[in-house]
Amino acid sequence: MPVFAYGQTQHAGHADHMPVAPESSVPAEAAGMNHETMNMSDMDHSSMDMTGMDHGSMSDMDHGSGEMDHGDMQMQGGSAPADARDPDAYSDGYVRNAGQYALPPADALIMSDMHNFGSVYFDRLEYVKARGEEWAAYEGEAWYGSTYNRAVIKAEGDVAGGKLQESETQLLWRHAVSTFWDTELGFRFDHADGAPNREWLAFGFKGLAPYWFEVDATAYVGPSGRTALALEAEYDIRLTQKLYLQPRMEVNFHGKDDERWGIGSGLTDGTAGLRVKYEITRQLVPYVGVEWASKFSKTADYARAAGESRQETRFVTGLSFRF
Amino acid sequence: MKHLTELPILNPGLSRRRFVQGLAAGGVLLALSPLARATGLLSAAGTKTGTANILSGTQFDLEIGESAVNFTGNPRIATTINGSLPAPTLRWREGDTITIRVTNRLKETTSIHWHGIILPFEMDGVPGISFRGIQPGETFTYQFKVQQSGTYWYHSHSGMQEATGVYGAIIIDPAQDDPIRADRDYVVQLSDWTDEDPMRVLAKLKMQGDYYNYNQPTAVDFFQDASRIGLKAAIDKRKMWNEMRMSPTDLADLSADVLTYLMNGTTPAGNWTGLFRPGERIRLRFINGAANTFYDVRIPGLELTVVQADGVNVEPVAVDEFRFGPGETYDVLVQPKDDAHTIFAQAMDRTGYARGTLATHAGLEAPVPAIDPVEWLSMGDMMGAMGSGMAGMSHGAGMDHGAMAGMRHGDMSGMDHGSMQGMNHAGMDHGAMAAAGASTEVRHARTEYGASIDMRVDMPRTNLDDPGIGLRNNGRRVLTLADLRTVGGPMDPRGAEREIELHLTGNMERYTWSFDGVEYGKSTPVRFHYGERVRVILHNDTMMTHPMHLHGMWSELETPDGQFLARRHTIPVQPAQRISFLVTADALGRWAWHCHLMLHMDAGMFREVVVA
Repeated sequence: MPVFAYGQTQHAGHADHMPVAPESSVPAEAAGMNHETMNMSDMDHSSMDMTGMDHGSMSDMDHGSGEMDHGDMQMQGGSAPADARDPDAYSDGYVRNAGQYALPPADALIMSDMHNFGSVYFDRLEYVKARGEEWAAYEGEAWYGSTYNRAVIKAEGDVAGGKLQESETQLLWRHAVSTFWDTELGFRFDHADGAPNREWLAFGFKGLAPYWFEVDATAYVGPSGRTALALEAEYDIRLTQKLYLQPRMEVNFHGKDDERWGIGSGLTDGTAGLRVKYEITRQLVPYVGVEWASKFSKTADYARAAGESRQETRFVTGLSFRF
Repeated sequence: MKHLTELPILNPGLSRRRFVQGLAAGGVLLALSPLARATGLLSAAGTKTGTANILSGTQFDLEIGESAVNFTGNPRIATTINGSLPAPTLRWREGDTITIRVTNRLKETTSIHWHGIILPFEMDGVPGISFRGIQPGETFTYQFKVQQSGTYWYHSHSGMQEATGVYGAIIIDPAQDDPIRADRDYVVQLSDWTDEDPMRVLAKLKMQGDYYNYNQPTAVDFFQDASRIGLKAAIDKRKMWNEMRMSPTDLADLSADVLTYLMNGTTPAGNWTGLFRPGERIRLRFINGAANTFYDVRIPGLELTVVQADGVNVEPVAVDEFRFGPGETYDVLVQPKDDAHTIFAQAMDRTGYARGTLATHAGLEAPVPAIDPVEWLSMGDMMGAMGSGMAGMSHGAGMDHGAMAGMRHGDMSGMDHGSMQGMNHAGMDHGAMAAAGASTEVRHARTEYGASIDMRVDMPRTNLDDPGIGLRNNGRRVLTLADLRTVGGPMDPRGAEREIELHLTGNMERYTWSFDGVEYGKSTPVRFHYGERVRVILHNDTMMTHPMHLHGMWSELETPDGQFLARRHTIPVQPAQRISFLVTADALGRWAWHCHLMLHMDAGMFREVVVA
């Protein structure tokens, strides 16, 4: 395999957009209010409590100027105030499928919210060319489960000469924690030709940041005190309804040297790519692209010692698909 | 529905035009299709489409089975009643006791729900709530006394059968003379058809909420805007949408990309035609029997006089156009002036239309208008009244400030809403409360702060005179809820004894829909006290319009200040809107209450109601 000793498969991620606490990424302002242009100058909405509002004056409100104090108004996220309404308050203790007029549980109505769904998504299934060498790379995931809890298999790897060179496979439990964010918890298993296998515990966040950045950030802990952090971000710039540009970045950190894998501690490596994708259908999306890959500090030293390049430009041709 | 040839990811080849326009001949062409022969489809009988047969009397036999259809060039299997799509029109008479034997010839459970009909809950036809459902091979006998008149419809309440063909019209003749006089009377039932398995459609939305939206903002649009209105304005226009990760063109979950729009089971190319003689006055009974489509209906050149809504007569109101969602019905009177007039029903997301013709001779056609351009949702649609002062929004498009000024908020300012939360409603002056209208204090549920919802509206719009996105200021007179006045006033003179506030919620990215952020499977029933008069407030915390259908009891829509408007069985609630209606809980038992967009219902925007 012509690629780096430790392979490209470590980098499950990147993003400087990753918020520390995902939900706080949507503060009141960010949630979209354009305060400069709000013109309800007579109103004080500091708590969005209508009680104290003078509705009479609303008809007279000034649309021409002034600013409005929106205080803690928030259209997304946040946590429920102490006096938030109880969603079961109207039930008077009644439940479904028991009690007066109810059918027994065996005849219960089952809607799709109680069903499990599943999907397989290959983001990258590509042929890569760099420095006169070539290989195939794959990255994808399959999930199965409910809206809020899913079992996920993520797989990423390189194949050259008809042989799997390196692979990173994760088995995760994905749990929805807020409007746009999920947590992921599970295991990761790394395999590479000529290097010992590595196992990790994985914990991360995955979701959609404001401005539609798809972000994936995962921390790993392995035996012998090994730690790693992978950050990944992707963005679709839609040119037409079918054609889009997809910038994509990944960066990896490791807490400890792992010479057998050619990994040095600290910032390990990163890639930045740009793909042009065309949706034949939503499910079948061929693309071409270019990607710059780089290794840093001690990892770069290992590469140099092994006679490999620290930086390379790759040309990719591939297919995204899902079903 | 069964897949015959589905290879969805490799199936882009179908002529787009043919898909949207449909085949002219519906089921008939199937017999000629070699593919149908090859797949053994001919073993299933062809479906009768077009104007449905009328069955009348007091005894009815309906058989639900599979039959072949071909709306797009791809043969498919529909679920149909008596081999007909739409199902036979049932004609009843007010005061009669009717018996309907429904036999299930499917391999799965089925059911029939009589939409808008007042009857005992065991006859309401919702499996798991009113009865066990009709098992394969079984015959279930529905029997009830007809206590109302007007235009209604019926459909399966099992699985996705409503999307695959199990729907038909009900006409109930009044016991006395019908005050609505017409020379001709046509049912115009709009629906939508998908060649895909509807469960598969839902699965695709679960993997990508905007899967079927091909009107998304693009970089090209951005640069066009930037050159037209300036870079800053172009950025501002997108700012809130991008920050909130919501789409301004999320007008319908499903589009013509996956739907074929039908009028009386006929594609636009098939051109369903209702004949008339010059000078006649025609009653058109419009029924929205679609699974997922809001239609904007007009007959260019003709005034539509709306005389009935949801089966209940209203003071006649003349309009050019009306929008209605799945579940709703409107009866209109028209007087044709020419030999042919197009009935044009464009889908709310502007990706396609259903179409038919009123003509003096078969084969005549009138021009078919162009589809209106796609309009971005306004700030008012996202933020309610709060959005009305925002930059970039047309004031005419959102909230009606004039109406708001007239909303008698002055009366409310003296009310202590804070203490209202804890107060004992029993001790309150009900009359005063009714006169004051629904409370305006927004109370989000505790469960509206999690992963199940993508927005909350703190200052909803309450005006009812907004025709909705895509219809504002279009130069036509468009019906709004504020135009409706049920003849004879409310069924119950009492004011509300208490209020129930429920929020319509969802998360487009995860494709989940709910009340108060709680999907059906996690919900508890809403209890109405038998005999009470209760006010229901529906507060829409989403950017989509939801046609809300309460089974078993009427929903009496009121203005924000508590004036009665209209008796409905299905009420559309617009984005960021807060509406209220009164219910007289006179029907003991368990009932369904849900959004009538089928996929919203199925994804969880569904509650059980217990009247006890």
